[in-house]
Amino acid sequence: MSVVGNRELHQLTLTEQSAALSAGEISSVELTRHCLARIDAHDKTLNSVISVGAGAALEAAAVADVSRTEGDSGPLLGVPLVHKDIFCTRALPTTCGSRMLESYTSPFDATVVERLNAAGMVTLGKANMDEFAMGSSNENSFFGGVDNPWRAGTVPGGSSGGSAALVAARLASVATATDTGGSIRQPAAFCGVTGIKPTYGRVSRYGMIAFASSLDQGGVIATTAEDCAQVLQAMSGADPRDATCSADPVPDWLAAMRSVKDLKGLRVGVPEEFFADGLDEAVAIVVRDGLAELESLGATLVSISLPKQSLGISAYYVVAPAEASSNLSRFDGVRFGHRCEDPQDLTDLYQRSRAEGFGSEVQRRILIGAYVLSAGFYDAYYKKAQQVRQVIADEFDEAFASVDVIAGPTTPTVAFNRGAKSDDPVAMYLNDLYTVSANLCGLPALSMPCGFADGMPVGLQLIARAFDEERLLNTAHAFQQATGWHAVIPEATS
Amino acid sequence: MSLDKEEVRTIAHLARLSVEESRLEPIAAELSRVLEFVDRLNSVDTRDIEPMSNPVSSELVLREDVITETDEREQLQKPAPAVHEGYFTVPRVIE
Repeated sequence: MSVVGNRELHQLTLTEQSAALSAGEISSVELTRHCLARIDAHDKTLNSVISVGAGAALEAAAVADVSRTEGDSGPLLGVPLVHKDIFCTRALPTTCGSRMLESYTSPFDATVVERLNAAGMVTLGKANMDEFAMGSSNENSFFGGVDNPWRAGTVPGGSSGGSAALVAARLASVATATDTGGSIRQPAAFCGVTGIKPTYGRVSRYGMIAFASSLDQGGVIATTAEDCAQVLQAMSGADPRDATCSADPVPDWLAAMRSVKDLKGLRVGVPEEFFADGLDEAVAIVVRDGLAELESLGATLVSISLPKQSLGISAYYVVAPAEASSNLSRFDGVRFGHRCEDPQDLTDLYQRSRAEGFGSEVQRRILIGAYVLSAGFYDAYYKKAQQVRQVIADEFDEAFASVDVIAGPTTPTVAFNRGAKSDDPVAMYLNDLYTVSANLCGLPALSMPCGFADGMPVGLQLIARAFDEERLLNTAHAFQQATGWHAVIPEATS
Repeated sequence: MSLDKEEVRTIAHLARLSVEESRLEPIAAELSRVLEFVDRLNSVDTRDIEPMSNPVSSELVLREDVITETDEREQLQKPAPAVHEGYFTVPRVIE
């Protein structure tokens, strides 16, 4: 068994793994083998990974080890990761958690995959997720639910439930993820790990299977903000293949966060609405303690009010299904994906291929989307929701005139039991109460562990101005330098 | 706002999803519940507010009109369920 100091390789952060690789204490092949063995040992119960590419991973690791002897020294060289199965990969199937794409292998790599490959990262496999990223519990995956490593039988959150669970269980130090209404932050909170959804446009969406195009954004789940920054740095930046991807230069986040000593001068807005009815009391106490920690690091807490926030979830459940119904029309049983047996005619081919290929939540959202976009209802729903979206964005703008970040709980409760909310779509949607607004307005947001309630992890969410990821990462890094919540490993997988 | 069975049948057709007769009622109830939840949007006065379709400014991104891709037809058609001589095939549309 390889150890660095007195710790096993999976107990190291990505930053520590990277340092051990560059010091020659371990090889990428050794580290990759260790991760593959962890997947073997723990994923039968967790079900966090849909496909594993052991052979290709070991080959990539060997290539990384050779590059290193030839003088290549990138910080991600030879570090293994898992990609959420929404990112297209040539080397492994891309299912998006759906029967529709059960046997689909993409003819191209997503920009995110291409960039992390170029940085020398080693792809171990593809992470489980809610079908087409629609869900908050990972119970909507065609490939089965994912267990939360903190307590068997509880959900890991969703839609990036596989990514969050596998990082929490230390099967890899990092996983890619995506966030349309909270799909990085909510599972990160439920699993006690750190997740960042950058500003809309920071990361290319090319090759990231579309759910709601004006809300979707790729990001990272890792155990620390520093590790998130390492990978986000390599993923971000202009891409001619995604016209909404920003041409703004990507700052050196790592350099910035490593020079942060404390949080003196930081104004943290605490919206009273985030602590109103609906928030579990035990979660509220832990989040308040987290805020007090920010204060003790020098930040000033400012009580603010965001009265329109709670409408975000209603606007979201118009905008997201509308865009989804349009995006998912491409799955027609003709060019890729599932096709039904013996279609009678073209309409039958479309209707049955789609009814067989999509699960019930995806069908529900397609139907809502088709309804709100249909003649006679467009203004009442879609246009209205987009106007409310603007109202919420204006409210944020006003708040950010007097604060630098907004902080509060990531989720109203800790992870719940499997099956607890699957019969009531609206109860499930309320998981995203505090997270959707950042997507509607394109703002960067991060969730980091700040303690435990009833033995389960609690997430503290930070939201910043557009393109100010630096502030989120610096704040989280300072917090994690002073606290140890992010370093606690679930006992079953320690 | 609540939906009835016939409306579900219509939108299912628009969305090209076959729905079993026995599922129409339960789906109508589920969708009505979601729409009821969404109706809270009407509590906001949105007169004179521009709808926000995208969080980023929608400047048109242009590039030179040059060919950048090579012929990858075979590769791109590999995931298709049925292909014949470079074409996607479907059940006969014209008698």
